[in-house]
Amino acid sequence: MSVLTTYARLRAAEAGRAEPLATVRHVHLAARPFVLIPLALAGEACAPLAALVGAERERPELLIVAEPRDRTQRFAFVADLADRVLPHLDSFTRDTEEYTGRRDGAKRILTRCTEAPQILVPNPGGIAFLRLLGRSTRFRGTEGPHAVPPGVPLLGKWLTWFTDRAEFPGSSQLLAMTEALSVHWATGQSGTEDGNLASLIGWIAPPDGHDGHEAARLAEDPALRPPAGPATDPVFDHTLHELLDRYERAGTDPLRAALRHQLEKQLRSQLAPTWDLMWRGVDLLRSLPPGASVAGRWEFDRTLFTDYAAYLAETGLPQARRDHAVGAARRLARLEDATARYELARAYDDPLVMAEHELAGRAFTGVVIATDPSRMVKGPRSALFRPLVTLRTDALPPRLELGDKVKSPTRRDQPARLLAVRALPDGDAEIDLELEGGLARKRKPPAPPGCVPEPGEELCYTVLDTGHSPLAFPDDEATPWTHGGPPTPYTPTEDDADEAWE
Amino acid sequence: MPPLSYDARKIAALTTNPGCARRAVLDAAGIDKARLAGRLGATPGAFTQSPFALTRGRAFEALVKANGYAELITLLRAELAAPVEEARVADLAAAEGDRASVRTRARATERLLKRVIAEEDSRLILDHPVLTLEIAGQTAYLEPDALSHRIGDRIHVVVIKSFAAIDGQADPRKTAAAAREAAVHVLALRRTLTGLGASADLVADQFLLVCPKDFSNRPYGRLIDLRQQLDAVEHQLRRLARAEDLAGALDADASLDLSVQGDQGPPVVSDDHLARTVESLDYLYEPGCLDFCELSRHCREKALAAGAPARLGGTVGGDLPGLDHIAVALSLAHGQAEPDEHRREVVERLRAAARLRARCLGRGVAS
Ligand code: SF4
Repeated sequence: MSVLTTYARLRAAEAGRAEPLATVRHVHLAARPFVLIPLALAGEACAPLAALVGAERERPELLIVAEPRDRTQRFAFVADLADRVLPHLDSFTRDTEEYTGRRDGAKRILTRCTEAPQILVPNPGGIAFLRLLGRSTRFRGTEGPHAVPPGVPLLGKWLTWFTDRAEFPGSSQLLAMTEALSVHWATGQSGTEDGNLASLIGWIAPPDGHDGHEAARLAEDPALRPPAGPATDPVFDHTLHELLDRYERAGTDPLRAALRHQLEKQLRSQLAPTWDLMWRGVDLLRSLPPGASVAGRWEFDRTLFTDYAAYLAETGLPQARRDHAVGAARRLARLEDATARYELARAYDDPLVMAEHELAGRAFTGVVIATDPSRMVKGPRSALFRPLVTLRTDALPPRLELGDKVKSPTRRDQPARLLAVRALPDGDAEIDLELEGGLARKRKPPAPPGCVPEPGEELCYTVLDTGHSPLAFPDDEATPWTHGGPPTPYTPTEDDADEAWE
Repeated sequence: MPPLSYDARKIAALTTNPGCARRAVLDAAGIDKARLAGRLGATPGAFTQSPFALTRGRAFEALVKANGYAELITLLRAELAAPVEEARVADLAAAEGDRASVRTRARATERLLKRVIAEEDSRLILDHPVLTLEIAGQTAYLEPDALSHRIGDRIHVVVIKSFAAIDGQADPRKTAAAAREAAVHVLALRRTLTGLGASADLVADQFLLVCPKDFSNRPYGRLIDLRQQLDAVEHQLRRLARAEDLAGALDADASLDLSVQGDQGPPVVSDDHLARTVESLDYLYEPGCLDFCELSRHCREKALAAGAPARLGGTVGGDLPGLDHIAVALSLAHGQAEPDEHRREVVERLRAAARLRARCLGRGVAS
């Protein structure tokens, strides 16, 4: 957290309302996101209890396990979930577009899906739960003595793939709502408290007549706002405990049916409020215009989705338990790369993020006060066309040095170089830049209109990423289908298929 | 009302917010903080355990100790390369429950430890032993899950937990909490042994964590290093000795008595009086308190009323050296007040932040 965020939090705390941390949306939001709210039984490693799922706000579907400690019922639940999730994933594989990419060392025409699925869960705990659910189901066999429905291992592989992608900053395939919102808003409470979706939304959009503090307090009462899972409210667990017990002991079918109905009612009451919050979160994120690089990142997500779907259709081996050393190192490098690219793209997309770099002295904003649009300088062989731009800024950017290459987010194709900095008596500074490109390939003046900034224009310049374009993604060569994706495939053994799930 | 005694969890929790004098005094005095929170009009925070977690915890411990501790002995063998000869187990939990039996178990534990020290019974595993630890003038009775026999001339503390280790990885937060508890046990055991004339080195500075493997009920064991936690706990215990002094500095009429007259009668000490006493103890609220302290919701409201920036957590407090009020920090940031010399630097940074945000959001600095 930077001083900028600290200041925003102070303001939020004082005003009783969240402060924006972004002027644009940095995540992609699908037209039809698939919302998945899992609940787990307390005390167990990974015992699904219920889930509220669906891609339509008006039609949440409730799935429950009436005997969460029963292995057969668990698999039945996963099969149910697979019946909801897999057709949704499948619906995106039909419409494709062509693009030119590299594969096997050569340029080729490839295809990718025009849209891809996006899964939304309430919080990072939801992602962790899906990861475990994927781990406990992807090795299962669909034949032989321990056969499970075919959807089970397939869903397991997909969940593993989604949860793995979720670790890559910039990927929007599986998002935790609390994290997505926290990228865009600062509240007047702590990060720990922001982990509660209800209180976080209470700060961003307090209900009428309340401020963020009050809304967040109300949201902390589990009786009013049940936890967003996967852990349930321990007080609710007492009710649940009794119902599950009675269900287990019920002798007759009608009694079981009646108890199951009660269980559904209870579990729905725990999940429904979070369902509404999830869609309010979607609305809040949609209220922001997408950042310029969001579509590019989503295109990359679409490509990876297409490739993994194709892989599952062809080979379809599950991901190994753990990556081997080389794979793990490569994955770490990709993670670092993705993080750097994402941070860079965010700064270029959003002045409020670039402001962090201004504060750190790696960027400055100024107003153009003079230009020399036809300046020529001596080059090694012949004279070079290097227009001059002078800006006035309100503070000296401390980390910039003469000769530094700089770029402006609003003029990404125009490299420039810092020539001179003159401190003015009132604390302002004048900065001379020479333009080294973006002049429509002209080698001598005049440059076409618009190529050289005009006096009066406000521009931000930064030393960030003058090397490569912030929007470029690693080419396919460097990103096999495993990019961000799962470890090396693995052939499950009998033991894997029969692994205990108690 | 007898004071609440310390247990390993409480002592371990002290290391999570070491700077708070309020908590140190309340704990040293054995005050029931959940009840106190209620009297102060705050909810005590959610520290109840789910019945499912309790059942599962008990079932797993029973499984590890079933059939003459077969699973535990196997794990000790595998993790500590213990010799194959049979270990013997003494279960000290024969009589559970009231305080007297805890004392009896503590004495029995000590007797058995003497035999282990004298190498009369080196192959003895102690189940449900009770260790004592003197803290701020009271005796805490601690109940580790088990103590291993002497292996390679070391005794290991065993902690049995029901959170799973999936592909060899357990939840790091839960593992850390288990390690803090284990450190308290190691410390108590070391003090007991040195009291009996043995060397503290007899207790390993690692503990054996036993938890379910993957998605099964099969136990998995791993040795975890404790040196760091041991330092932290020792430091806290030294501080607690001083908590008595802190409490001594209270007003003469200060009281933390939570009892009521008769069975359900009016409180002996009024709520206001309690509140005054609590407020006279310095506190150091931080968002982490919400995870472990029953008074956290009360202290949070106080921190809110006091405008303390630290309640926003993260680096907020650290970003604002010398500024301990949100409104004051903002008025300085907005140029409505001028900072003194030693706060000039931080205020300059805040002002730059305010200017930048105002420009990006197209609004006035303070609007
Ligand atoms: S909640 Fe209050 S008493 Fe408890 S540790 Fe935090 S500041 Fe201290």
